[in-house]
Amino acid sequence: MEPDDPTSRSGTEPVVHLRGAVALLGRFPALAGVDLDVDRRRIVLLRGANGAGKTTLLRALAGLVPISAGEAVVLGVDLRTDRQSVRHRVGLLAHGLGLYDELSVADNVRFWTRAARADLADAESAMVRLGLDGRLSDVSVGRLSAGQRRRTSLACLIARRPELWLLDEPHAGLDKEGRDVVDELVRDAAAAGATIILSSHELDRAIDLADEIVTLGGGVALDESGEGGDGHVA
Amino acid sequence: MAMLHDAWLIARKDLKLEIRSRVALNQVVPFALLVLVLFAFALDPDRGLLEKATPGLYWIAVLFSGLLAMQRSFAVEAADGVTDALRLSGLAPAGIYLGKTLSVAVQLLVLEVLLGVGVAVLYGTSITGWLLLLATIVVATAAISTAGTLFGVVAAGLRVRETLLPLLLLPVLAPVLIGSTRAFEAALSGTPSEGWPWVGLMSVFAAVYVVAGIFGFGPLMEES
Repeated sequence: MEPDDPTSRSGTEPVVHLRGAVALLGRFPALAGVDLDVDRRRIVLLRGANGAGKTTLLRALAGLVPISAGEAVVLGVDLRTDRQSVRHRVGLLAHGLGLYDELSVADNVRFWTRAARADLADAESAMVRLGLDGRLSDVSVGRLSAGQRRRTSLACLIARRPELWLLDEPHAGLDKEGRDVVDELVRDAAAAGATIILSSHELDRAIDLADEIVTLGGGVALDESGEGGDGHVA
Repeated sequence: MAMLHDAWLIARKDLKLEIRSRVALNQVVPFALLVLVLFAFALDPDRGLLEKATPGLYWIAVLFSGLLAMQRSFAVEAADGVTDALRLSGLAPAGIYLGKTLSVAVQLLVLEVLLGVGVAVLYGTSITGWLLLLATIVVATAAISTAGTLFGVVAAGLRVRETLLPLLLLPVLAPVLIGSTRAFEAALSGTPSEGWPWVGLMSVFAAVYVVAGIFGFGPLMEES
């Protein structure tokens, strides 16, 4: 699965550039000045304890959480001034899977593919890739297991061909075969020109997958000593 | 064109959801018919009061039942991170608004036909002034669904949305209730010329809310 037009961007411009990025959830600074640079085709693992800011960082990069201070540029779009333009270019696999329970697997994948104006053939190949073809494609999502639902959400994501993949615990709820498929998808996407940022508590698997690792703590990116670092990933 | 593409996509998805879940069929329609039956019990048909009140009762039943359909329309988007997925989808907010409006309008039209049959059977109402009745139904449905969808997204992000939506929407829809009732009274009493101005008023109402929805739905969805 190739992103829409990965060659249209400058090879030197980072896909993600954060400097002192602050994001507030209510009054609480969930991101308290994050520095991060991620170049194209990289696979970056975010790690950190619960509440470190991993999910908020992924949502902020998707343009869902406003950046209230600092610099934040994603795919060339300044998130301080325009959060909408970047959204259709990213794919976010979140805890909420974004699926309609009453619709079938195929209906869900085709709907989100059409919404992204992507090719319906990509929806079919995504379902095959995630093992959702055949009889399973006609089953209502509400009747699926947690792992099958997660695979359905992944199929929706890859069919959209995002340039930046943001995966929040992509291995959660999947069996070994499913986790292997996720890893394969991530590697293929990076090889095709996409950039992937993922958080995972399955560190053994995720560390093997990642080109670089960023540790978050207290809403900032930490360096190897555990202090706030520049979070440069290249 | 992109907006219309998105509207069609959303409307088709919402209607497919309703067909598969059968919530409208199993909950909204029985509720609407039950309201009609209760009105018939409350207002004895033999005293002529029911006949006089039929237009108002019909539209009150439509409004109450329509509220369920509108709440349902946004409840499906609130579950399991769908709202975020919609924000990330690239769909035009105006297209989402028009699509949800169209879907609610189709459900309301089906409901109104069933309620019309119910009124004719239960209340013994003889139907006259077909053209005005049909025009009223189309325009009032447009007015209810355009305003309902806009207020639906306002309430969607709140924990008290089930109770807040009727509180917000029913006062706003008072002119539509009055207009549709007066237009129906005119049609059923054989004086259709008295009903057309009300149809015009509701058309303006619907047009205002379409414009407000096209421009306001995006920012409201962002806040929900």
